[in-house]
Amino acid sequence: MFEKIWARHVVAEGPGGHVLLYIDRHLLHEGTTAAFGRLARSGRPVRRSDLCFATADHYVLTSAGSPTADAETRGMVEALGRHTADQRIVYFGVGDPRRGIVHVIGPEQGLTLPGVTLVCGDSHTATHGAFGALAFGIGSSEVEHVLATQTLWQKKPRTMRISVEGGLEPGVNAKDVILAIIAKIGAGGGVGHAIEYAGSTIRAMSMDERMTVCNMSIEAGARTGMVAPDETTFAYLAARPLAPRGDAWGLALAHWKTLPSEPGAPFDREVALAATDIAPTVTWGTSPQDALPITARVPDPAAVGDLGRRESMARALAYMGLSPGTPLSEIVVNRVFIGSCTNSRLDDLRAAARVAKGRRVVVPAWIVPGSGLIKRAAEAEGLDRVFVDAGFEWREAGCSMCVGMNGETAGPGERVASTSNRNFEGRQGKGARTHLMSPAMAAAAAVTGRLTDVRTLTV
Amino acid sequence: MEPFTRVSAVAVPIDLPNVDTDRVIPARFLRKDRSVPEYASFLFHDVRFDAAGAERPEFVLNQAPYRGARIVVAAENFGCGSSREAAVWALAAYGVRSVIAPSLGDIFHQNCFKNGLLPVILPGDVVAALRRQLHDRPGATLTVELDGQTVTAPDGARHRFEVDAFRKEMLLSGRDEIGLTLGFEAQIREFEARHAREMAWAVPPRAGT
Repeated sequence: MFEKIWARHVVAEGPGGHVLLYIDRHLLHEGTTAAFGRLARSGRPVRRSDLCFATADHYVLTSAGSPTADAETRGMVEALGRHTADQRIVYFGVGDPRRGIVHVIGPEQGLTLPGVTLVCGDSHTATHGAFGALAFGIGSSEVEHVLATQTLWQKKPRTMRISVEGGLEPGVNAKDVILAIIAKIGAGGGVGHAIEYAGSTIRAMSMDERMTVCNMSIEAGARTGMVAPDETTFAYLAARPLAPRGDAWGLALAHWKTLPSEPGAPFDREVALAATDIAPTVTWGTSPQDALPITARVPDPAAVGDLGRRESMARALAYMGLSPGTPLSEIVVNRVFIGSCTNSRLDDLRAAARVAKGRRVVVPAWIVPGSGLIKRAAEAEGLDRVFVDAGFEWREAGCSMCVGMNGETAGPGERVASTSNRNFEGRQGKGARTHLMSPAMAAAAAVTGRLTDVRTLTV
Repeated sequence: MEPFTRVSAVAVPIDLPNVDTDRVIPARFLRKDRSVPEYASFLFHDVRFDAAGAERPEFVLNQAPYRGARIVVAAENFGCGSSREAAVWALAAYGVRSVIAPSLGDIFHQNCFKNGLLPVILPGDVVAALRRQLHDRPGATLTVELDGQTVTAPDGARHRFEVDAFRKEMLLSGRDEIGLTLGFEAQIREFEARHAREMAWAVPPRAGT
């Protein structure tokens, strides 16, 4: 599948195996506005403004009215509004109900399609690979390059297929699957590779779940991760506002059905997992690879042979304020964050609401929907009432406390049960301690005040 | 872009694997314009300085022999995580011209090339030996030479590395990549015409407001 999409987008061959790759979709957010400034200074126009789409997510506060915290961040959001207006780029800005996290609204609007190339100045762009798109994150210079030329010089990565087979146990979901994958191959295991997720477990997932899996490809080191399109994909895309319509839909569908890899297609690396081996999973350290079943204990660096690994584990435990041997289910949390481009979609909110229903939070707990439209859809189902009655804060859409760029951060030493994608030192705020987990597990932590095996709560 | 030909300079060892770009430059600095004079102080900020802004003596760049290092010798998967090019800008602002590691985060790796930094991939045992030498002889210099594709260690050993022909040429010349690509305008137009026939459905309808 990867090879087919790649081959169809080669504009020209360069030296050293580099090709000039055509880009079908360019998503922009207010963190990538510097590229517009450089482009303007060099006197170069935006080549295909009709293939660019923008929203404000990183710097917008998620309190009522979606304001910004200060003049600096306000300036960034306003600059994006100005640049997109000047260039006639479609912008889902503050006040537009379609505004939301860039990796949530691309699919929601039908911009993300099988067989297209899609880039964004954000490392979680692999999310869109859930549709069978070739999607990857780029830096600021590459953003400028795409704006100017609609192409990128790229070298073909190696391919890796990760197959997950079997049915997931109750209480286990897509987030547990991707955390288990990262724990297995390591935070650098996918470097230089394009991942294809396959197998009956992935096939059985909804689009929201597949997006959760693809989203964290970069946490395994891979710039891109994808799932072959199928009836689940097509059903999701039908009637999305910016998806193909009429005759174009028929042509697109015919093309999409040719995309899946042929049986026996070679991959440079194959990895296999059994779904029944995967339990509700949480991270204990400061790399997403530091993930274990909730039934495990904090690992002991002294038991590790490799000196470098032992030292980095000890450093992680010191930062996290944890002692070896402590049962993970006894770790007390100070705060809960349910949101981010990994886990802020309707399926995620429903899973959290099933746990929250009829219970009360014992620590501050936020729900940050991925888009204004998801917020509305959740309210139409009454999920907001479930959350508010349980004591959660029901907020506006944005990246929020996943990255804290907007000022929404956890305090030093605060321990957060979070559905986001990174538990790096300082990620959710200077000195803040992050445990990654699924929305159901985060909701369970909110109502018990500690990391909790969601299977022990009656849902 | 500043061309890269040869750099002979003090090198700093960073032993921690999986150093993420949040660690290289925390998110709260991403709103800063890279032209501000204090930009170099954002590099490794939260592990380099304490809450009061004083240097943490245990951090390697705060130790006299390594101060002002222009080459970083890192461990596996340095520069993983966020796509923020500011991680490279902060290294460049500090004066770093080359990062040597057994592997690098893919996006960070690309971002280096765009800013005149040479990323060098060498086998893990070679890089570990380089770091060991830098610990044993603090302030020792390394030489990275792009044309011949070699790293010369403090002990005099010379290690050859691979680099893509395309990226090598761009770094040696310091050429503007967008300018180069605009020279492919005829091919891009031809591609767009063919693409519009073969994948007409891929152009989105104009979004309503």
